[in-house]
Formats: sequence, C-alpha cells, structure tokens
Amino acid sequence: MKHLLTTQGLSKDDAILLLDTSAQMAATQSRENKKLPTLRGRTVVNLFYEDSTRTRISFETAAKRLSADVINFSAKGSSVSKGESLKDTALTLHAMGADAVVVRHWASGAAHQLAHAGWLDAAVLNAGDGMHQHPTQALLDAFTIRRHLVGRVGEDGRGTDTSVGADLAGLRVAIVGDVLHSRVARSNVYLLHTLGAEVTLVAPPTLVPVGVETWPCRVSYHLDETLEQWQPDAVMMLRVQRERMSGGSGAFFPSPMEYSRKFGFDARRLAVLPDHAIVMHPGPMNRGLEISAAAADHPRSVIVEQVANGVAVRMAALYLLLSGDIGSTSSSPSSSPSTSSSTDERTAL
Amino acid sequence: MHPGSRMPESSTTPGSTSEIPSDTPSTAPGTAAARTVLGEADIARALTRIAHEIVERNKGAADLVLLGIPTRGVQLAGRLAERLAQIEPAFSGEHGTLDVTMYRDDLRRQPTRAVGQTVLPGSLDGTIDDRVVVLVDDVLFSGRTIRAALDALNDLGRPRVVQLAALVDRGHRELPIRADYVGKNLPTSRSERVRVRLADVDGGADAVVISGAPAAAAAEHAAAEHVAADNADERSAR
Repeated sequence: MKHLLTTQGLSKDDAILLLDTSAQMAATQSRENKKLPTLRGRTVVNLFYEDSTRTRISFETAAKRLSADVINFSAKGSSVSKGESLKDTALTLHAMGADAVVVRHWASGAAHQLAHAGWLDAAVLNAGDGMHQHPTQALLDAFTIRRHLVGRVGEDGRGTDTSVGADLAGLRVAIVGDVLHSRVARSNVYLLHTLGAEVTLVAPPTLVPVGVETWPCRVSYHLDETLEQWQPDAVMMLRVQRERMSGGSGAFFPSPMEYSRKFGFDARRLAVLPDHAIVMHPGPMNRGLEISAAAADHPRSVIVEQVANGVAVRMAALYLLLSGDIGSTSSSPSSSPSTSSSTDERTAL
Repeated sequence: MHPGSRMPESSTTPGSTSEIPSDTPSTAPGTAAARTVLGEADIARALTRIAHEIVERNKGAADLVLLGIPTRGVQLAGRLAERLAQIEPAFSGEHGTLDVTMYRDDLRRQPTRAVGQTVLPGSLDGTIDDRVVVLVDDVLFSGRTIRAALDALNDLGRPRVVQLAALVDRGHRELPIRADYVGKNLPTSRSERVRVRLADVDGGADAVVISGAPAAAAAEHAAAEHVAADNADERSAR
C-alpha cells in the first residue's frame, strides 16, 4: 500500500490488516506513555484546503503519537490565497522532503491527482476530497462497529477487543441522511460491503445521488420502515451539509422541521432497534436536526468513541504506509528481480 | 504488502549488508543440508534447567513476569511459566507477550510488518513497575530484537530488573547485549540459518535445526537467487 485514497477497490485483506493494526494502536493509547518511536524522523504534512477540526487534529495526534514531525498547512493564510496551484504547493512540499501528505480538498479527485501526477513521491492519505471519499472515516467506523458488534467490548467500550482478524459478515448497517453530499457514506458503502456487511442507505429522494444503483447497497426512502423491518445492527447518521446546499439547486427538503420528523434519529426510533444496536455519527452533529440530543448522548451512542478510534485508525494507516522498505529500489545495491517485484506489488496495492 | 508473514526475525540474517563479507554466498533454506542440533528431549531439559536457574538467581519467583517475544518466544515463555509454577507453587503460571515491531530499527529496510499484540499477565493490573521481567526469545543473534524489546519495556513501565532467556545463542552480536539464561550456545556462521521448530507453532516435533553450511552453499547460489524473490531477509544477506 503506497497511498490511501479510496475504500473502493481496497482489498478485504488490506482492510482487515488496517483494522487489526488499529486495534494494536488503540491498545497502546490506553497506556500512560502514549508515544511510540516508530516514525521518528519522518515528516507528515497536513494539507487542508477545507475547514476541519476533528480530522486534522486526529491526523496530527496520530502522527505525533508515532513520533513523526507534523507540518500543518491550511489554505487560509497561505500562498493558496495568493493563487498558488495544487501542483506548485505539491512541488514545495516535495522540496521540503515530506514523507506523507494528508490532504483534504473541496475538489473530488484532488488526492488522486496529488498521488499520481508525479509531483510528489510521498505517500498520500485522502482526508476527504469533495463529495468523493473519506477512507479513514470509513475505516474508523468499521473499526468501531467491529469492536462493538464482533469484539463485544461492552457498552462502555472498555472490554477486551476479541475481534482481531474478523470481518463484519452478516451485520446490517443503515446509513441515514444527506447521502448526496456525503463522502463518508460513499467510503462506508464500499468498505462495509468489502468486509461483508449489508448496507441500506436511507434518505429523501432529493438527497440520493444519481447512479446510486451501481453501489453495492440498498436504498430506502423511509426511516421508520427500515428500522422496524430491517432491524439494523448499527445506525450511522449523516450530517445535513448545509454549506453544500446553497447555490442554484435550491432546497433539498421543505423545512428542517419536516426533515427532522421524517429522517431525524431520536429516542423513539432508538427504542425500535435491537438491544445491541449502536448509534454513530461522523460529526460535527446538528443536534435537533438529524439527531436528537437524547439519542446522541444515549449509552448506545458511540459517537465520542468514534473520535478516539479515529486516532488509532490514522496511526495504523500512517504506520502501514510509511514503515515499509520504500527506499529499497533506490538505496539497495542489488538490482535483483526480487527487489523490484516486491516493490511493484506493494505499489500496486 | 507482506503483512509480517515472516515473524521469526531471530532465525534470519539482520539487515546490515555492510558487515557481511562479499564472498559469502547466501543459502536457500531447505536446499542445503539441515541438521538437528537439539531434539524434543534436549529442548525440554534446557527449559527445565532455565526455569531452575531463574528461581535460583532471583531467590524465588516473587514479582517475576515472563514476557515472550513473538512468535516462538511466547510459546517458550508459556512452557517456562508451567515449569516455574511446578517449582514455585507461589508463582501464578502466567506469562505475557511483548510485541516489539514498532520499536525495531529496520522498519524501513523490510517489507511492512504487521503489528502484533502486547499482552501483560492479567494479575499485573497493566503495569510492570518494580517487577522482575524475564524476556524470552527463541534465538539470540544480532541482539537488535532485544534492544527493541528493551525500548518497548521502557514504554510500559520501570521494571526493577530485566533479564533475558534464550533457547539458542548463536553469536554474532551487533550490540552489547547478552543473555542471562541460555539453553544452548551454538557456534554458527553468519550465512547459516538457525530455526526453532515448536510443536504448537509449526507442528511436528520440537527441534532446533541448522541449515546452509558455507561449504555446501556455493552450489545453491542460483537457487538462492529465486528463493530471495519472496524473502526480503535473504536479500539483505547477499
């Protein structure tokens, strides 16, 4: 694995390796000394063209816990506001010797471009590109689901995680809300499908993207029906992305009140679910719109734990992308076919 | 990606190409004549002796914590723990696992390794402070794994004493590290491979096998070329 750009096409073995490594990373985070020396001397650049609190802080924490140096770069207050292109920024980062670039961009495909345009030889981690993908969020969601529903860590999340090596076969996950604008939903649909879970998207027709029929999931327009009849093991609420709803296309639903009545998650809908079911939200939450305070703060809500797991998952991703023998082709004196074949194989992942 | 499919570092050559004489050919496992140095009974006796030595040196088994280094060190720690429990009824019979992957100094020279689990014995309450820690590994070679283990221990707490038990000491140390308890000192050439086979990991009978003597190796040089294709450690030995 050279880059982590998308969950579409991520192999099941790699996904499980990422989750297992996350579990080991999470175990180190309950120690008094949380820092590991693993990535000492490596430089991780956080390249953020879009506002973000938790993802940026999560990546920064993950890199620092592995002893990497972290450089934060946000588009506001940098030369991007003077009109610098992504390419020139990438060349600058290359010149500074970045080993990994964590990129969030408002344009779908920006991370792919950065990884494959030849501007950089660093590992690229997609931290959200437009309405396309947000792979580490999906991985942390899958990790949280696996811990609770396969590993049975208990309601407080403190039990021993016994799920190492397991997938999510047979579990049902409902992803509810603004699917249209959600890269979290896209990443989750592919990853959860790869791991063997069944996914149903629940949204008003206006918030279901064109082409959804090609996704490996079901679509429903009725939340109550899905909760009662399908009995999901996990319900993932999506944020209504009002900042992406302005512009010419106008309103996607008649009123926030109506949206909340039909698609908001509250204590009443929580009571319909099986006893073991968990409630998730990628954050930031619009309390009172897509999720009520009672549901968000309920013992079966794992929203705060998702944030903690995010650090472990990002540590795992950074470790797996940065620890291998990436220098073997250039530094190894032997030009045997073995060296190149093993490296090619890894790059191809 | 090769997710740590080859954990027994101790049986392979460490990644320091510069120290290896250029005329030393590498060997292919299985093609050179392999000979068994220790059999099942020898290993059992060595472990029993080590258990007695641990009790003797530490005047009992109070505060004793056995931590095995994956993969085979963990099995050996388990067997030592059983013997200690027989000798010292006060000893709980527990042992733990110390994964050193993230503390290695060769992470960038090797294909990505999967991170293993570190498990402390349940009775410890998550700390090794003021305990007598005995690290257990199968083969002591360069000493780099033990250096990584010492760093990993440091992050877990502050033991009163750290001691090292190894089933086989094959020499060729690259760091000032020595074992307190050794099952068998085995003079070897760098190009040889020493492998510990344990029934509960590898199947078959317990054995310590040495293969790839330098004289026999030259003929297999061509074969080694292709074996190296899926063996990164062999690559660094060339």
